[in-house]
Amino acid sequence: MADTRTTRSVIAPLALESTTALLRELVAHLRENRTQLREEWARRITEAKLLTAMTPEEVFAEATAVYDNYLEALETGSIEALETYARNLSERIIPRGVETHEVVGIVLLLRDVLARSLFGKYPADFSRVLDAYEPAANRIANTVAVGFVQERERIIRQQQEAIRELSTPVLPVRERLLILPIIGIIDPQRARQLTEQLLRGIRINRAKVVVMDITGVPAMDATVANHLVQTVEASRLLGATVIVTGLSPEIAQTLVNIGVDLGKMNTVGDLQGGIEEAERLQGYKVVPITMEPA
Amino acid sequence: MPVPILKQRDYLIATIQAALTDDDLKKLRDALVAQVGEFRSRGVIVDVTTLDVMDSFAARTLRDLSHMSRLRGAETVIVGIQPEVAFAMVQLGLTLEGVPAALDLEEGLAYLDRKTKRKTAAK
Amino acid sequence: MADEVGLVNDEAVVPIRSDGDIVTARQEGRALASLLGFSSTEATLIATAISELARNIVLYAKRGEIVLALVEDHGRRGIVVTARDEGPGIVDVRKALMDGHSTSGGLGLGLPGVRRLMDDFEIVSQIGKGTTVTVKRWKQGAGPV
Ligand SMILES: Nc1ncnc2c1ncn2[C@@H]1O[C@H](COP(=O)(O)OP(=O)(O)OP(=O)(O)O)[C@@H](O)[C@H]1O
Ligand SMILES: [Mg+2]
Repeated sequence: MADTRTTRSVIAPLALESTTALLRELVAHLRENRTQLREEWARRITEAKLLTAMTPEEVFAEATAVYDNYLEALETGSIEALETYARNLSERIIPRGVETHEVVGIVLLLRDVLARSLFGKYPADFSRVLDAYEPAANRIANTVAVGFVQERERIIRQQQEAIRELSTPVLPVRERLLILPIIGIIDPQRARQLTEQLLRGIRINRAKVVVMDITGVPAMDATVANHLVQTVEASRLLGATVIVTGLSPEIAQTLVNIGVDLGKMNTVGDLQGGIEEAERLQGYKVVPITMEPA
Repeated sequence: MPVPILKQRDYLIATIQAALTDDDLKKLRDALVAQVGEFRSRGVIVDVTTLDVMDSFAARTLRDLSHMSRLRGAETVIVGIQPEVAFAMVQLGLTLEGVPAALDLEEGLAYLDRKTKRKTAAK
Repeated sequence: MADEVGLVNDEAVVPIRSDGDIVTARQEGRALASLLGFSSTEATLIATAISELARNIVLYAKRGEIVLALVEDHGRRGIVVTARDEGPGIVDVRKALMDGHSTSGGLGLGLPGVRRLMDDFEIVSQIGKGTTVTVKRWKQGAGPV
């Protein structure tokens, strides 16, 4: 193995006939030239500005593992090990912000680097090499790409789930005062989750006052507006007063349209005012802070 | 299954059970209203912590109880409505408007204390 | 009174003759809902609806029955509640479904409220023949595939 560089330039005749045997021979060549081809590949990855979220050392380490797995899949025709590796790889690099096109890109580059080396070695048998190499290489590229996309989808689903829960935080601000900042579009399902969470929060925290801030809610249809009103009513049944803040003129109009008496709703302009009102309701004195000495 | 009524200071306290029938509830309402007069109670607490369902009949009966005792000088507060029950009530359309509600017995007592003190002070 | 509940073809039939049976029906309903995997909040909504339907039977028809069963449709599962009586029937069904309409001095929230609590609502009523209300609630997140 000491002198791989010299054997590389030797143009060898292809002795064996079957595709499997041919592939085995090709893999042997690629294995012999592992160091040099791997470097070539890593260089092309950097040139193409792929995997920029990773350090050169990380790229090289992954490149080595992918290279070995790639050869194994070529040789055995079994993609199972490669599939597992692709999943693991995806799991590791997706949180780093690696994109689908980058993963597909590096696998295609590898295919290209290896193909060039093979054609250089067997120029006379160009089409036979291609026939043996190409389908296997394509299958591998496909496996890695699909594995990555699936993993990505799984992570996105997981994140959406987490965001759903996170986006309705019930924050105990001070004793017996909850703040519920609602951000984004509320659909009926989220409205229901929100109500359930709030009602449970009231009980657990023994809340007397809830400031529900809907500054971050751009719009609301009648169904959801109805739900909002129900949430206010249900909170009262648990002994808590709800102060709604950040009501936009549009949402106020929707509430009036569905027949809500806004006079009966406790509404305050902004969150700060809402908290002050809450403290007043709880019997705290609100002392305004004067910046300049009187 | 009749509901026991407890007398504590100026207040009457009734704790109702899950399997309360309409008839039991009507009897409770009548007994409470009668006792408010008898003991000159200033407040009534109905504890529904273990009640699994509050339907339109129960809501109406409690509302009537609240109105009738108020006419006789006692404030009524419903305590212990569970989150799920409250959720179902408002979807059904039952808001118990005009009937005070508090988290639990302790809160209910605190509410009545505040209410009756204010009234006494106003006199 | 639990022994009066018969199980026929996976259905629980609760005869309704007195206000005590209302409690039995809603307890049975809650138990079945929990068994089907409904959350405790959803089970409460279902039990509340059953309470309203059973009370209407006692109040307006004197007797009847509540049938509880599992329902499956295109891979989604749910509970179906049928409230059946051979009472006087409803003169104006459209009105009976409006908030606040009551012929008995009630809040008139029973039927419209049940409609809000459940996903599907069907009512068939014939004067002199009786009333059947069929309501369903589907398990959340298990929409048709
Ligand atoms: N099973 C039934 N048989 C005959 N009439 C019925 C039946 N169910 C309902 N109704 C009629 O429909 C009306 C509306 O019923 P609904 O349950 O909505 O209100 P309610 O029973 O009057 O009051 P609530 O249920 O709020 O206490 C009733 O007043 C009654 O006239
Ligand atoms: Mg009714």
